[in-house]
Amino acid sequence: MIQIHCPYCGETLPELEFAYAGEAHIDRPVSPTEQTDEEWAEFLFMRQNVKGPHFERWRHVHGCGRFFNAVRNTITDRFYTTYKAGEPRPDLATLLEEDNK
Amino acid sequence: MTRFNALNLVKNALTGHKNWTEQWPESQPKAEYDVVIVGAGGHGLGAAYYLAKEHGITNIAVIDKGWLGGGNTGRNTTIIRSNYLYDESQALFNHSVDLWQNLSQELNYNVMYSNRGCLMLAHTVHDVQSFKRHVHANRLNGVDNRWLTPEECKEYCPPVNIAPDARYPVMGGALQERAGTARHDAVAWGYARGAAERGVDIIQNCAVNAIRRNPDGSVAGVDTDKGFIKAKKVAVSASGHNSMVMETAGVRLPLESMPLQALVSEPIKPIFPCVVMSNAVHAYCSQSDKGELVIGSGTDQYVSYSQRGGLPLIEHTIAAISEVFPIFNRMRMLRKWGGITDNTPDRSPIVGKTPVQNLYVNCGWGTGGFKATPGAAHTLAWTVAKDEPHPINAPFTLDRFRTGRLIDEAAAAAVAH
Repeated sequence: MIQIHCPYCGETLPELEFAYAGEAHIDRPVSPTEQTDEEWAEFLFMRQNVKGPHFERWRHVHGCGRFFNAVRNTITDRFYTTYKAGEPRPDLATLLEEDNK
Repeated sequence: MTRFNALNLVKNALTGHKNWTEQWPESQPKAEYDVVIVGAGGHGLGAAYYLAKEHGITNIAVIDKGWLGGGNTGRNTTIIRSNYLYDESQALFNHSVDLWQNLSQELNYNVMYSNRGCLMLAHTVHDVQSFKRHVHANRLNGVDNRWLTPEECKEYCPPVNIAPDARYPVMGGALQERAGTARHDAVAWGYARGAAERGVDIIQNCAVNAIRRNPDGSVAGVDTDKGFIKAKKVAVSASGHNSMVMETAGVRLPLESMPLQALVSEPIKPIFPCVVMSNAVHAYCSQSDKGELVIGSGTDQYVSYSQRGGLPLIEHTIAAISEVFPIFNRMRMLRKWGGITDNTPDRSPIVGKTPVQNLYVNCGWGTGGFKATPGAAHTLAWTVAKDEPHPINAPFTLDRFRTGRLIDEAAAAAVAH
């Protein structure tokens, strides 16, 4: 069972408490009426589908109910870090370096 | 290559089975091909077979980073059916079911297709309404499907528990009698043998690392572990890794890769005569000719390339199986495994042309690609040969995510896809 750290509750809990919520850091269009069909397709449907470190959203559904972001390796399912929604994207090189120590 | 028939069986039996010719040679890549197919699963090998047989194109290489049939072709639960809701899906999957009927004869290779029937159980009023809608939609298109009462379900598949006091009582079921199972490895082997017989090179253990393009944007060939291979046309059919391969050609795909798990029980005597699916409790089950119960689980909720999947899903699946078939609740499970499925937002595949000239894709089959193997391969071969959509795969474009004309089987087929 994967263990996930909720940055709001400050606890590491089994994955059953959490719901995956897709790729992170995808911004809603600023002016929707001016978006082209191509831009809508990109926003709605196209995803990185990374094999390796992946920025993604999770929600602590059976806990505080809040959304947060995580960096997880999609080959090993290992979490490098989790951080609160709205915080900037952590630097990947630093994260991987810390993980190697 | 020796054909399989009674005479050859007797002849080879008398000589101790030492003189059978090899099924397909160990090929090394040539410098140039008319068509390179990335991914030697059932879909890719089948496309090579139909290109050679029906379109007269034989200068083809099928390239795989592993061994042929070692990906999702050898990892699925072998269920074949076509009881989908939308006209487009019914046409595609039913074309496949049509091809399955005579595939063993066509390939001179026993794929062990068994149309033992697929029963989808309804447990709620919503299920009943939705499945009856499926039955009517199917019958309007001439696709076999009919409604059974709980008693008829029990008669068709005796291990089903129809007790009214069950937590999720069976309220009826939709039965497609033409549906069934096949031996998944044999499908890859049969297509490989048929393609190799017609001159197709099958190159195993050779990863395609990138698709190279000409200055005018069209496809130039593929960079592989064994060097650059020039190709007039490239078709990508690499299941969970489709988005990675296509990204090297600059094509973004609306795919997310997730592990889908399956498991088998210890072998037992024949008890389970058909395929049973239950979307409400999320169980699906059949019995292999070896006697093992073959049980399908679900996909993990997150993107992952780990070919194993999470244990909570297995627990959930076993709970569902014990609910629908209490007779099995003391059985031991032998093994479980995972395969990486590529899922589209509308849970329908993308088959056909791409924005890159002479580059074709067969992707997004998600958790339901095995049943479509002959149909996907057959129509993909047409598209590659003629550079135009086949009438059956025409709606399954990449462009539908721009136009919004989705084929939303996600809602229609619920979870057990």
